[in-house]
Amino acid sequence: MIPAAFDYYRPKDVEGVIALLQEHGDDARVLAGGHSLIPMMKLRMAEVPHLIDLQDIAALKGITIDQDTITIGAMVSQHELINHDGLSAAAPILREAALQIADPQVRYMGTVGGNIANGDPGNDMPGLMQCLDAQINLLGPDGSRTVAARDYYEAAYMTDREDDEILISVVFTAPVGGFAYEKQKRKIGDYATAAAAVQIAKVDGKVASASIAMTNLSDVPVWSQGAADELAGSVCETATLKAAVAAMLGDIDPTEDNRGPVAFKRHVAGIILTRAITRAWDRA
Amino acid sequence: MNDMTPEREERSANLKGLGCSRKRVEDARFTQGKGNYVDDVKMPGMLHGDFVRSPYAHARVISINKDAALALDGVVAVLTAEDLAPLNLHWMPTLAGDKQMVLADGKVLFQGQEVAFVVARDRYVAADAVELVEVEYEELPVITDPFESLKSDVVLREDLAGQTTGPHGPRKHHNHIFTWEQGDVKATNQVLDNAEVVAEESMYYHRTHPCPLETCGCVASMDKVNGKLTLWGTFQAPHVVRTVASMLSGIEEHNIRVISPDIGGGFGNKVGVYPGYICSIVASIVTGVPVKWVEDRMENLMATAFARDYWMTGKIAATKEGKITGLHCQVTADHGGFDACADPTKFPAGFMNICTGSYDIPVAYLGVDGVYTNKAPGGVSYRCSFRVTEAVYFIERMIEVLAIELNMDAAELRRINFIKKEQFPYQSALGWEYDSGDYHTAWDKALKTVDYEGLRKEQAEQVAAFKRGETRTLMGIGLSFFTEIVGAGPVKNCDILGMGMFDSCEIRIHPTGSAVARLGTISQGQGHATTFAQILASEIGLSADSITIEEGDTDTAPYGLGTYGSRSTPVAGAAAAMAGRKIRAKAQMIAAYLLEVHDDDVEFDVDRFVVKGVPERFKTMKDIAYAAYNQAIPGLEPGLEAVSYYDPPNMTYPFGAYVCVMDIDVDTGVPEIRRFYALDDCGTRINPMIIEGQVHGGLTEALAVALGQEIAYDKMGNVKTATLMDFFLPTAWEVPNFETDHTVTPSPHHPIGAKGVGESPHVGGVPCFSNAVQDAFRPFGLRHTNMPHDHWRIWQTANDLGLHE
Ligand SMILES: Cc1cc2nc3c(=O)[nH]c(=O)nc-3n(C[C@H](O)[C@H](O)[C@H](O)COP(=O)(O)OP(=O)(O)OC[C@H]3O[C@@H](n4cnc5c(N)ncnc54)[C@H](O)[C@@H]3O)c2cc1C
Repeated sequence: MIPAAFDYYRPKDVEGVIALLQEHGDDARVLAGGHSLIPMMKLRMAEVPHLIDLQDIAALKGITIDQDTITIGAMVSQHELINHDGLSAAAPILREAALQIADPQVRYMGTVGGNIANGDPGNDMPGLMQCLDAQINLLGPDGSRTVAARDYYEAAYMTDREDDEILISVVFTAPVGGFAYEKQKRKIGDYATAAAAVQIAKVDGKVASASIAMTNLSDVPVWSQGAADELAGSVCETATLKAAVAAMLGDIDPTEDNRGPVAFKRHVAGIILTRAITRAWDRA
Repeated sequence: MNDMTPEREERSANLKGLGCSRKRVEDARFTQGKGNYVDDVKMPGMLHGDFVRSPYAHARVISINKDAALALDGVVAVLTAEDLAPLNLHWMPTLAGDKQMVLADGKVLFQGQEVAFVVARDRYVAADAVELVEVEYEELPVITDPFESLKSDVVLREDLAGQTTGPHGPRKHHNHIFTWEQGDVKATNQVLDNAEVVAEESMYYHRTHPCPLETCGCVASMDKVNGKLTLWGTFQAPHVVRTVASMLSGIEEHNIRVISPDIGGGFGNKVGVYPGYICSIVASIVTGVPVKWVEDRMENLMATAFARDYWMTGKIAATKEGKITGLHCQVTADHGGFDACADPTKFPAGFMNICTGSYDIPVAYLGVDGVYTNKAPGGVSYRCSFRVTEAVYFIERMIEVLAIELNMDAAELRRINFIKKEQFPYQSALGWEYDSGDYHTAWDKALKTVDYEGLRKEQAEQVAAFKRGETRTLMGIGLSFFTEIVGAGPVKNCDILGMGMFDSCEIRIHPTGSAVARLGTISQGQGHATTFAQILASEIGLSADSITIEEGDTDTAPYGLGTYGSRSTPVAGAAAAMAGRKIRAKAQMIAAYLLEVHDDDVEFDVDRFVVKGVPERFKTMKDIAYAAYNQAIPGLEPGLEAVSYYDPPNMTYPFGAYVCVMDIDVDTGVPEIRRFYALDDCGTRINPMIIEGQVHGGLTEALAVALGQEIAYDKMGNVKTATLMDFFLPTAWEVPNFETDHTVTPSPHHPIGAKGVGESPHVGGVPCFSNAVQDAFRPFGLRHTNMPHDHWRIWQTANDLGLHE
């Protein structure tokens, strides 16, 4: 668990980062909190001859809440998500989810941008961002562009981001209604066996709209429109929950690993989603 | 002089001796990051070693090309078996009487096996060079199942070809290591054939790993000028390492100094000898500079000693009323590619024959077959005396299965079969003499404290509610009553590589009334510097705060067999008490001289000798210490020192009663521990606070093993659990509050009646957690399911019982 040698850079602005990425191409990677990348380097699963630390770039920091538009800079740590009062009020699901990521030590270092950019199906932020319909702001040599989180993930560790682009921030509209982030894991510091992000807006005692995304149940996060559609117009009674779970099960594709076989994961996914919807509905 | 006046009580309290919850003297440095571990040893010019390891579980090594590695700037050497062969160090003996490759000699037998040793300027260059060593392999068929191994044509150990006898008797097959039998098989089978009731069950105690926080490592430093080799390492038995190093290297033993500095946990993982030690020594001899080798976490989990991997089949016979009449236990033990178990020489399956447990079982039989497979070698006692966790798990599961067979309450079944207080010393059917016990008192206290009857009533209500569809949670009540066998052991039947398993203590009293004592054991977190000083304080009447305890340096400490198997207090602690008594005997003569009375006219009183009947005439131990160095006392040598080598007459047999209450989410398989009660009887209690700490630690590791900690292999022999993401190491988050309690039944043969406690909670805890899980499903027809009870396996159990829609 000793990484190969690498050159270390610490630019002061995003332009400096882009220039380095262009110069070194495939051989360069950006470093945010390092809590996904550095373990990979130590295992020599990632060879990064040129490591560009984003820590000194002020433009990537900070959480802004402007009316109902929330912008989170890429370098905001998971710890900051938990402790930001305005954010906890405007989008409480972020706090609930972030509290279930790893442990305090990891959360002090790990960033929102790194978690979203990483492309690991185990990361919790991608599914959450899909649930919130967040827009991801990228900057590259040709300027900036925006991609919907729901379109961003292609396969495990493969995203829409080009090698010479960096993630600047995520933007989403403050959600309304009830929410829940439900996650089953084996222990503290573990990725999800199954996790569900649910937002439910209630009008006239019925579900007006819902959004549902599942984590670590496929090689990408799974936003399940089918499951959300089942809830629309209902009062989340048992039959509806079952229909939503059935729709979700049609969208996920878990694989067997040390957390358990496929049948178990599918069953747990259904239970976790049921609990998440129930909690979100109670809060709606 | 036994009445405790307030004045005497105060003097006694000032000693901080037996029974005092004295704070651990070690903790000041440990909690401030001031410990001194092997990796803290840094020497000028020191080189660093790192291993090229096999990615395959079974393969022939066709060729090794070092050129690219040697060409890398900073690489000093790359050692292979070929380089070690001229020194005859390409293989090494194991503690189990087998031999093990130091570096791959023609083939590899498990994933992670050491193939080449790179020596480089720093740790980074070494790691880079490891990648540059080109090894060509030819894959061979992989066997990860011991039963398959015994049927296979594939010869795992070609070096043993044609050897039909091993160190422990005949070998039945080329992949078979030994058969070890205890007890009376004929009588046992007869009882089973004629029994009113027989319960039978097969269980697998999965492979796991001690996983100490600090991994294994060493620094070897050969001084070519004075011919001395110094070896710092994570050694649980430094003197044994010195003797082995001398035998292997030919360096005379007085020229070898082995130092175990602070050790960050051992749990059995640091008892054996690893290739890294041999390679570091050779590299230091070759280069003439110190060489450090410290393994990383993955190497530790993949290649150093695992624990358990026992396939056990039991048959237990009983009357209809539940009186047990016989026990039969057959074990197939997966030892991996080499037999590197750490057991006393004559016990290839350790003390597995303690498997009759706490019960009065008239006849019994145990048979164990050791088998080679393509897995890492080991089989150490992870926080237990030799194979005692396996034995206790076995019997505590068999009791539960018998209770199911008899449709009886498992607590009551235990009660009617316990060995009775008046039966001690008790001769077990499998050959042990239990020293002391009072099981009924402990059991009754435990059941009363947790309101066992109330719990059962609540459980029945919960089951009814579950059946009515009102809840999806089941409640499990885990019981375990364990008897350990620790403190190995009597030299007449216990040795490690021929060294008798005595232990030792040497004390020097300084003129001003303080002392240093050195022992043959080595603390890895047990707090020896605290507790051994307390034993001595009570024996010699000087405050524990004035007694320094030193261990782990073979140049200064007397020969001892080290620390594992809860042997330190039973053996070295006894040596300390005996050495203390020698000091006291001489002190008595000095005191009599100073007080101008006959030796027999003075008696010991807490911290002094007083003239019998004249308490105002006394000499304190401080006065006596000073006199030992500044007075010419006729007939007495100056000085006040003593050495004791203690050969224990018997093992000690700590016991305990544990209860766990667990709530299980049937749909997700998630268990929640509601309550855990642990009553331990370790005889005389030296430091209650340390005992409590040991109990918490042992229970935490028990929870780990029972609920998920596992070394798992796939069919290709790949380790699936080589990082702490998948290998379960519980944190404060997963661990419940533990309630501790005790009874005190001193050991009759130990000088202070102490029995050892460091491992009891692990031994008793594993079956208790497991029984809780299994008990939750008993009302739905579960008889037995194997550990580890992680989420998916619990879910699977529920699923198999039809508890999901
Ligand atoms: C023990 C442990 C447990 C964990 N458990 C969880 C968990 O339960 N749930 C969970 O979600 N995560 C978990 N994590 C991961 C943790 O949250 C990481 O911090 C996170 O995945 C990555 O964030 P980072 O800032 O550390 O990114 P880094 O590790 O620095 O980077 C990750 C990847 O993203 C790229 N990257 C980072 N920032 C940018 C950017 N601005 N633009 C473009 N690319 C970028 C990097 O180049 C790299 O490829 C765990 C980590 C550990 C060590």
